[in-house]
Amino acid sequence: MPPLELLLQQALNGVMLGVMYALVAVGFTLFFGVLDVIHFAHGDIFMLGAFAGLTALVGLKAAGLGGSLLALPLTFAAAILVTGVVGVAAERVCVKPLAGTSPLMTLLATLSLGLVIRESVLIFYPRGADPKPFPQLLPQGGFEAGGVAIRYENLAILGIGLAAMVAVDRVIKGTKMGAAIRAVAQDPEAAQMMGVNLDRTVDATFFLGSGLAAVAGILSGLYYSEIHFIMGITGGVIGFSAAAIGGLGNVYGAIVGGLLFGVLQTTAAALIPRGSEFRDVVAFAVVMLFLVFKPSGIFGEKSVERV
Amino acid sequence: MSSSHARVAPTRRELLQGASALALGVAAAPAAAWAQRTTVKLAFIGPLTGGTASNGLGGRNSFLLAVQERNADPKARYHYETEVLDDECKPTVAVQAALKATSDPAIVAGVTHYCSVTAIATVDTYHKAGMPAMVWGAVLPEITYGHKYVEVTRVNGTMINQNNVAADFAVKTLGFKTFALIHDTTDYGRAHAKWFGEFLEKAGGKILTTQGTAKDQKDYAAELTRAKADRPEVVWYGGLTPDGVRVRVQMDKLGVRAQFQGTSGIKSDTFNETVGPSAEGALAFVEGAPTEKLPGGKKFLEAYAKAAFKEPSEAYGPFAYVAANLVIDAIEAVGPDRAKVAERLKRTKNASTIIGPVEFDEYGQNTVPLISKYVSQDGKWVLWEDSEYASGKRTLPGHKFKKM
Repeated sequence: MPPLELLLQQALNGVMLGVMYALVAVGFTLFFGVLDVIHFAHGDIFMLGAFAGLTALVGLKAAGLGGSLLALPLTFAAAILVTGVVGVAAERVCVKPLAGTSPLMTLLATLSLGLVIRESVLIFYPRGADPKPFPQLLPQGGFEAGGVAIRYENLAILGIGLAAMVAVDRVIKGTKMGAAIRAVAQDPEAAQMMGVNLDRTVDATFFLGSGLAAVAGILSGLYYSEIHFIMGITGGVIGFSAAAIGGLGNVYGAIVGGLLFGVLQTTAAALIPRGSEFRDVVAFAVVMLFLVFKPSGIFGEKSVERV
Repeated sequence: MSSSHARVAPTRRELLQGASALALGVAAAPAAAWAQRTTVKLAFIGPLTGGTASNGLGGRNSFLLAVQERNADPKARYHYETEVLDDECKPTVAVQAALKATSDPAIVAGVTHYCSVTAIATVDTYHKAGMPAMVWGAVLPEITYGHKYVEVTRVNGTMINQNNVAADFAVKTLGFKTFALIHDTTDYGRAHAKWFGEFLEKAGGKILTTQGTAKDQKDYAAELTRAKADRPEVVWYGGLTPDGVRVRVQMDKLGVRAQFQGTSGIKSDTFNETVGPSAEGALAFVEGAPTEKLPGGKKFLEAYAKAAFKEPSEAYGPFAYVAANLVIDAIEAVGPDRAKVAERLKRTKNASTIIGPVEFDEYGQNTVPLISKYVSQDGKWVLWEDSEYASGKRTLPGHKFKKM
């Protein structure tokens, strides 16, 4: 058994990973909650967010604002805007027109869209095939607490991630649009009869979920100091799995699922002999167990199909 | 009458048609030389998308350069057309690409694969189809030594010599004793770890941990935290550039104070560009001499620059260029016949190329005795012997940490 400080260090590594998974997972769960769709381009929108952030930073640097305090919020704002608009467009092109068809059609359409986004970044971004260095905007250095090395950068990333989650919670619980999202998630027809504008609510949901993916993409860039056009493939699968563990349709479940997935992967690599080879096997085996024994996820509610 | 008269005195339309035909003929005259030659098709297969695309694109450009040069050569007997296929560095995609190339009877031979996982997956495909395929970048020994197929040859070296030199250099020359090994779990990464581990122990080094990781893994915090606990002098990574970048960057983030050593898989411009200042002092090993020091390296680099490709040729571009030239030379000598070309290529002896003389052994493996040691210095890969680390002007990060 490794010493306690090593276990704590690994747990911290897992939480860092989990925060980014959670932000992607919230998007999946919002889309599923409101429209009952699994939006498989969401992983690539996470990647697009990271590249939009990098592009914004390059632009800010060219404008002489690269090192300013404004650089970080402006980067987030630009990336959220880009992914939000792309997310809404994705819904209008790949989800809405297929509303009456089999869910498999939406799945295929969003999967294809993800591929289009990924390959477009590869082809059109300058030297898109290469991993791209992501500028360090957060304070470097750190300190040690109880044998655990803590970096200021990690604390800032955790803070931004948690702030984004709290903001989503505030939007959903405390705003008119949030009430509309909850209403549509419960019963779209009844919500419309009560005066909720369905189109606008769905647009807002896709903007919100895709914007969160941009936040996750930038945080990933800041944490790893590198982004790559294929980062959305695994990010998307894990984000979806995290949402499934937490209970598809439940925002808090997605957050817990994301954190759990991150900690599971890290502890598997740390504690099991040759565990680094099996980290994904262990994490996805847990997803399978959830699907078998608790298909509704940790916070998911049992739904009854009424006729 | 009127009709016969019309035949003698052409109408305005007929005059215009005749003039157009004449104009076209004059314009096409320079192209007529190659138009008279028989067209032969060659395939290039490599990773054009995915994590290792930068190496694949560098290889593709180098291959196309060789073909362009030969097409411009008035002495060439054939005109060469190309079919460029993407294997995405994935075995299943590679087999599909190989099947596509081999099932096209117009394609006489191929310059194939950078990734070991794709090269090993396709050897049987080329053998069954009887199509000569010259590997230009993959280093897994079994690609040539696992069979005696006449169709498969390899112009670059294998990882055996590379790891022998790498282990001896790290232990005997640099004086490092303890190593944490991380490798990707593909055939490529596993075989590197196997050979490096064996040579390391023979050289007197000690392996503290060996951890396999998934290809394209994003987060190495768990593995590096585990390795850090053993305080290794060297973190060795057996894998390709994108993952090597992440391991090196995350070593700094987690405060792993150790020398970083990689394989030929990380020796790319992309590694230095993406890792930035942290790349300083990283080590890598590649078969053959650096491009600029190759017998024809300068000429190759000048021609490559003149062709204005968007991407750099990367470490294995010269090998793809040489493979294309050897394949074309064989076709020029024996004609566009797959079986004859394969036989001819396998018997290549002392061929003069930009990488020096190429000679295939009985397995179709080029016997490349030279392994070059590289260190990252000021954002460039510099031959160890030419570096300020070798001259003592700078100290490797691993040596600095040892003193701390």
